[in-house]
Amino acid sequence: MTDAPGLWRGLRRFTPARIALGRAGNAQPTEAHLAFQAAHAAARDAVHAALDTAALAADLAAAGLSSQAVRSACPDRRTYLLRPDLGRRLHDADRAALVPAPGAIAFVVCDGLSALAVQRHAAPLLARVLPALGQSGPVVIATQGRVALGDDIGGALQAEAVAVLIGERPGLSTPDSLGVYLTWQPRPGRSDAERNCISNIRAEGLPVDQAAAKLLWLITRMRQLRLTGVELKDEQPAALPPSK
Amino acid sequence: MAWRHSVNGTTHVFADLRTLLARASPLRSGDQLAGIAAATASERAAAQYALADLPLADLLLHPVIPYEQDDVTRLILDSHDRAAFAPIAHLTVGGLRDWLLAEADTAGLAALRPGLTPEMVAAVSKLMRLQDLVAVAAKCQVTTAFRDTIGLPGRMSVRLQPNHPVDDPRGVAASTLDGLLLGAGDAVIGVNPATDSVAATTTLLHLLDQVRDRYAIPTQTCVLAHVTTSLRCIEQGAPLDLVFQSIGGTQATNRSFGITLPMLAEARDAALSLKRGTVGTNVMYFETGQGSALSADAHHGVDQQTVEARAYAVARAFHPLLVNTVVGFIGPEYLYDGKQIIRAGLEDHLCGKLLGLPMGVDICYTNHAEADQDDMDALLTLLGVAGVTYIMGVPGADDVMLSYQSTSFHDALYVRGVLGRRPAPEFEAWQQRMGLDTAPARIPASLSPALIGLA
Repeated sequence: MTDAPGLWRGLRRFTPARIALGRAGNAQPTEAHLAFQAAHAAARDAVHAALDTAALAADLAAAGLSSQAVRSACPDRRTYLLRPDLGRRLHDADRAALVPAPGAIAFVVCDGLSALAVQRHAAPLLARVLPALGQSGPVVIATQGRVALGDDIGGALQAEAVAVLIGERPGLSTPDSLGVYLTWQPRPGRSDAERNCISNIRAEGLPVDQAAAKLLWLITRMRQLRLTGVELKDEQPAALPPSK
Repeated sequence: MAWRHSVNGTTHVFADLRTLLARASPLRSGDQLAGIAAATASERAAAQYALADLPLADLLLHPVIPYEQDDVTRLILDSHDRAAFAPIAHLTVGGLRDWLLAEADTAGLAALRPGLTPEMVAAVSKLMRLQDLVAVAAKCQVTTAFRDTIGLPGRMSVRLQPNHPVDDPRGVAASTLDGLLLGAGDAVIGVNPATDSVAATTTLLHLLDQVRDRYAIPTQTCVLAHVTTSLRCIEQGAPLDLVFQSIGGTQATNRSFGITLPMLAEARDAALSLKRGTVGTNVMYFETGQGSALSADAHHGVDQQTVEARAYAVARAFHPLLVNTVVGFIGPEYLYDGKQIIRAGLEDHLCGKLLGLPMGVDICYTNHAEADQDDMDALLTLLGVAGVTYIMGVPGADDVMLSYQSTSFHDALYVRGVLGRRPAPEFEAWQQRMGLDTAPARIPASLSPALIGLA
């Protein structure tokens, strides 16, 4: 034996993974078990929390940004989880309310799978990005929305491009991670290969100011190339989709 | 040709075989999303009656996806062994269920494999309860080998999955050591890279090979990068044991993964040419999962469980060391809750085993599925009884890179404990040499962290 049990625990400094938990028989000790249950509870609550659209609109207004709220075709969270096709479609009643903004970059803020992420990070991110573009809108707040809802909204707005800010699927240690998907000339039917993505935006991941800089870089490049997707290589380091 | 059956006073008609299979499938959200699930419980019961009466030979006559349109269908039919099929050629799907439960033994099931098609095993599994899925799987034995021997009776192996959010080598090494101390790693030490590039994959391959070499572990390592990435790593001389790839049950699904069958053959040849195995030459590692074809809009109206079984025909053509379904990863629009995930995991395990695969299961769920640790414990225990070849070992069940929950190192110890399952024999002998055969409270000197750069 090289050392006391402390050495095993010392491995924890190398990774955020749940290592060196100890054992109670073959099981995890009570402390580790309870910590897991609490983390899962936070993730579940994030998935099922409703986006407070009024509070978000107020946060945006405080940053000088006006916004309007729309719904997807999903009436509730259960439908949202079961019917991705409906989450990609704008509610018919809300379509007429969208005022076209030809040539602008539209910003769609979607609850996705973590309203918590949107509530925390969307307004600070937009407050950095829109002024840099010389835009004050359009910003659309969408509930029960998937990424591709931005195609429907962006198309209705006749926007040059759409940036969808959306709550990512919570992990146990990451209930408030925001993603941004940028799509040139949005319209229903765009594929994920035609988008660029910035993921893991949160305090312990990619901080908001760095995410804003990255999004502005992508927008500049998008306008040069007049496209988004696999042809627009993100030359800054970024998280790629995992292999699973 | 249409199939029909009356139940509870109503006659239900099924226009073609893929419709019959879909309507007979136990309820799951993915088939509902695809619009192919039975509309009522009675329609499902009628479909199961009609399916039970279907001669197995009809499944050869009526491919669910046309031969001309799909190279997986061609692979299935061109490789079908009529002689091996002969003992069951006279049976219906319902008759096969009874035969599997009553007559079949381990040797007979092994001989039957080349005569079975994915559609046959998928069909029969739709007529089975969970206990049938367990009981028949428990009769199957599939053994593979590379640096140790996987799948022997009384054994259950564990993939050590030491993922890290940004592929930090010391983070991966620390999780690996934690897993080794808790009995994991005899199936493979396999990392999902956060970045799928030749450079990142090569770095991880060298790290894992160094850990394996320094501790002299009789196991294999893998970086679960795209097959094209692995090929380039091999060309550049990286120490690669196993080629990984996600695969699906239709040509179009595989296209969505950026692969073709010849690409898999080329990669296998390249890995074999390295001659790195010591006790065997199984060099491929595949992952699958119900819903991937629908997700890629590549399912041809075939239910997700039948498409999944077709992926196993792809797998078995390349003699893999390991195959696992990642059963709960894809999300609630395909498998809504714990009940659906549990059934799918047992179906996939049985279908893979019947077709001759070394079948493991990533017993897992995401945070937007209606599932929790209790559901995973139920599936884990059932699969243990069913003789699952291997499961995942993730620190504390929390994958901090992929953001989902799988089974923990502790979970594997639990199954081995309550069911008396042991690790692969070569690995077990190594554990004894290293002083790991009784639960160590400390890190033995032979596994000093300093040996793998954790000073």
